[in-house]
Parts: sequence; structure tokens; C-alpha cells
Amino acid sequence: MPGKTIGLHQAAALVPDGATLSIGGFTTQRHPMAFVYELIRLRRRNLYLFGHSPGGDWDVLIGAGCVKRVELAYEADEAFNTVGPRWRRAVEQGKIEWEDYSNFSMVARFTAGAMGIPFMPVRSLLGSDVLRKETLTTDERSADPRTAAKKAHVMTSPFNPADRVVLVPAIHTEFAVLHVQKATAAGTVRIEGQSYADIQQALCADTVIVTAEDIVEEDELRRTPELNPIPFFVVKHVCHVPFGAHPYAVYNYYDYDPLQLKEYHESARDDAAYRAYLDKYVYGIRDHQAYLEAVGGPERLAGLKSSPEFGYSPDLKRRL
Amino acid sequence: MISMAATKYSLMELMTVISAREVADGEVVFAGTGLPMLGVMLAQKTHAPGCIIIFEAGTVASRLAHLPMSVGDPRAMRGAATAAGLNEVFTFVLQAGRVDVGFLSGAQVDRFGNINSTSIGADPRHPVVRFSGSGGACDIACLAKRTIIIAKHEKRRFPEKVDYVTSPGWLEGGRSRQAAGLVRGGPDVIVTTMGVIRFRVDTKSPYLASFHPGLTPRGVAEETEFALDIGEAVETAPPSAEELRILRDIVDPERVFLK
Repeated sequence: MPGKTIGLHQAAALVPDGATLSIGGFTTQRHPMAFVYELIRLRRRNLYLFGHSPGGDWDVLIGAGCVKRVELAYEADEAFNTVGPRWRRAVEQGKIEWEDYSNFSMVARFTAGAMGIPFMPVRSLLGSDVLRKETLTTDERSADPRTAAKKAHVMTSPFNPADRVVLVPAIHTEFAVLHVQKATAAGTVRIEGQSYADIQQALCADTVIVTAEDIVEEDELRRTPELNPIPFFVVKHVCHVPFGAHPYAVYNYYDYDPLQLKEYHESARDDAAYRAYLDKYVYGIRDHQAYLEAVGGPERLAGLKSSPEFGYSPDLKRRL
Repeated sequence: MISMAATKYSLMELMTVISAREVADGEVVFAGTGLPMLGVMLAQKTHAPGCIIIFEAGTVASRLAHLPMSVGDPRAMRGAATAAGLNEVFTFVLQAGRVDVGFLSGAQVDRFGNINSTSIGADPRHPVVRFSGSGGACDIACLAKRTIIIAKHEKRRFPEKVDYVTSPGWLEGGRSRQAAGLVRGGPDVIVTTMGVIRFRVDTKSPYLASFHPGLTPRGVAEETEFALDIGEAVETAPPSAEELRILRDIVDPERVFLK
């Protein structure tokens, strides 16, 4: 296996306090949660997160006090809880710095970074307060090179004076961490189902870390290279982490875990209960294997397995 | 169609059915999270089997077998013709002008159909209540050819002016949307648990097109903070037994959204 494969703890330890980071996945799908819990156990502080629609991956990092500033479009587990509870609390208590964008504009920013150009024009945002209002001040922006000097800029097309676009600044992060279905020790990556913005997030980061359900032979993924969207040499480290996105879904592998999400969201209403949740599932847990035991072990996880026909669990009970 | 007199349904079910009817067969529909997923799946299972459902996480033309709880749900993969990522659908489908209908919900909707899903309070830096944020809603509202809005009808949810315009509607009315530089679109209808609100062609001011059975136009206006012209309102055609059966037994048998 070796090649680029390293242990999960070793990989998480590469991310220092104050790092800029983007995390793969989308709301209740395919977040590298095992990696996120390692960051919390390492007690990382002052992280700068960039994302489009994160869910509990950000919410738990924010709740554990790991995050200083975020740039985002959305933060929730969608129909499981229409706003991330610890995100909401952090905003309302003034404990986090943030800037609001939309999903398209954040993805355009990742794309610009991935393309090596300074900004991307979009036709969205015009007329909205997402464009008109800013949460970070000019001073806060200019004091910190991790944040773009300006939120956005409206430009008239040089080719048609009647046409206006919004320029949004490119994102470059020090780290991108993805959780995918399959990867090789050389760093070739296979994403099944929706790719979200994982590809752009990887391509605008200095260091790409991939956690994968399965580590497979290089020849297996090279049989269909058109399905491997990220050049393997861009990926620096690969970790083998089965059920690495739990309690979130991984298409063709397992579904989201409504029981665990319910416990998370109920505990998050109250500071003491939330602290107890973190103790039970993060701080008091040695590693990912112990986490999987803590959430119910093989029996519980078997109930989440995807059906080969659907790629998810059609009989999963989702409202508890 | 059978007589509706004896058919019982909740206002939530009625709202979902009425919103689904706004989708025409064959249209390209870009659906946001929450109730729009319910409405668009009902449309696909009833009168609009050929509607093309786009979810922003990257799927095109799902043939839904189970209701998604996320626009990135593995359930959106079912029967999809294409699966890619956000960039592909936002750039090449939505921004390029290939979406007929944007389907959105919102915490607050004002008289010009501007939606707030960001925060309550005068200063977004110090909000009284913080919500999830735009997600793709701002983009959908800016770039679809028309927008259907679905929202529970409560007075505080329908203010004169939203605290934060997350998703631009007709902005200040009249031609202000075009003046802002938006190249197309705008809200066509707000379907609520009390009635159906539409907008005047020229001024974009709102009027009550229909009120739900058992309610009165005046009653709807009283539950709406912004001024609502009720002069032309008729009673909403109730859901058919077939629409209700499909909604309850096929679209949301788990009661993910229906109570």
C-alpha cells in the first residue's frame, strides 16, 4: 500500500493552527468526517474554512472552537436541520468571523483558483444583499492575507457597455481534504455520484489529502481514466478510512445515519449536552476504529449499507 | 376527477399540490432544498412526467424513486441522465439560460418576491436570528427564466421588505430588476398555505390570485404584512384525490416533509 498512504492521525497533524482549508462533500454527503474529528482531537485553532454548502463537518469544527473565519454560501444539514446549530450560535454570539456568498459564486471562486486566474465573472448576485452587504470590514480584509482584499467587484463588459458581471476573487487554500469512494496509493481518485466541487477545491489547494473508503490497485482505476478527474500528482497524501464520512452518506457505500444526526442536533441545542456529545464521540475516543464502535459498531453500520440497485438504502428510516 | 367535497387534506398538502401544478411538463426545473424537492417530485409523478429536474449538487434529469433530503442526496442519482458537480449545472445549465423554472422556499418573502434566507435583524453582522444562508437560492433567483416560491403563510414571514435580500425577486418593483443588471427571470408566483400570490406585469406589485378553500381573501390579507390587492381573488381549485394519493403514498410516504 505505502506510496502516498499515511495514517489518518499523521495526515491531520499536517494541518497547523491558522491554516486555510477546504473540505469536500456537500451538506449531508461525503465529508471526510474522520479527518475532521482528528483535527478536533488535535485541538486545532483559528482555522480559515472555505466552502459552498458544508454541513456537520463545519458545524462540529465551529462548535469545538477550531475555527476563526469562514467564507461560505450555506451551513446546514438541509432537511435534517435547516441551519447548522453551532454555526448559528457562533454567529449570534459573535464568536466567528464570516463572509456570505452564494453556491455558484463560491464554486466560481474555487474554479478561478483551480485555473490559476485571479477572479471569475458571474451573472449572479446582482441586486442581492449577498453582493451589497459585507460582513468582514475592509480593515479586517487588508490585515489578513488569507482573505481576499475585496468581497466582489461589479464590472461592465469591455465588449458591451450594456452588459454587467460580478467578479469574484479566486480562492487558494493551503489544504483541501476530500473523502472519496476509491483511491490508489499513487493518488489516483475515483468519485462516484455527484462530484460537488471536490475537483475545483482540490485543484486550488497546495496540499491535497484524500481519505477513501477503498484503496485499490492503480491498474483498476486506469482502465477507465475518463472517470478519474484529478491528476494523481496533485494528491499528496492518501488515507484508507472505511466509513470515513459517517454520519454522512457516501453514494454506493452507505447512507446518512438519521439516528446519529438526531443525537448530534439534539445535543447541539445545549452547551453542556454538546460538550458531552464531543466527549462521547470525539475527545474520549482514541481513533476512527473506536469511533465506529462508539456509534454502534458493525451492526449499526450494516443498517446503513447502500443497496447495489440504488446506491443508497431505500428502506432507511429517516424520520425518527 | 372525483368530487372534492369529502376529501380532507392539510394546508401543507394543498400548498404542495398547487406549487407542483405550476410546473409544466417538459420544463427544465432547478429545485432548491426543502419543500421544492417535494413539489417537483409530485409534479414529476403526476402531470409533468417529462419535467427535467436539476439539483445544484450536480444531477440532471433525476427520475426520483425516493424523496431526497438534500439536493446532493444519493437519491438524486436515481435515473439521472447526467451526474457532475455544482460548477457544471450552475455554469452551463443555469447561467447559460437553460433553466425554465427555479423552485425556491424562504424564511421571509417580501411584497416584490425578494427572499431572505440569511438572517433576521437590521445588521447582518449582528443578527437576531441567523439562518443557513443562500446556498444556491440567490443564483437560482437571479438566473432561472422564472421562479416559483413556496412558503408557509405567517404574518412575520411576509414583511413589506425583507431584512436581507438573499435571493432577488422584483427588487423594488417596476423595472428595478433589469436595472440591477439581471438578464432574465423574476418571481412568477408565491404559493403559500393560505393562497396564491402573483405580480402585476408592469409595477410588479403583488395581488392575491386565489385563496385556499375554507379561507377568505380578507383573512389572507390580514395574515400578510405587505399590502395585498385581493379584488380579483378566486377560490383555489382543491387537490384531487389522485394528487393526494400520489403525494402521500408515493412522494412522501415516510413523512419527511408532510406532517
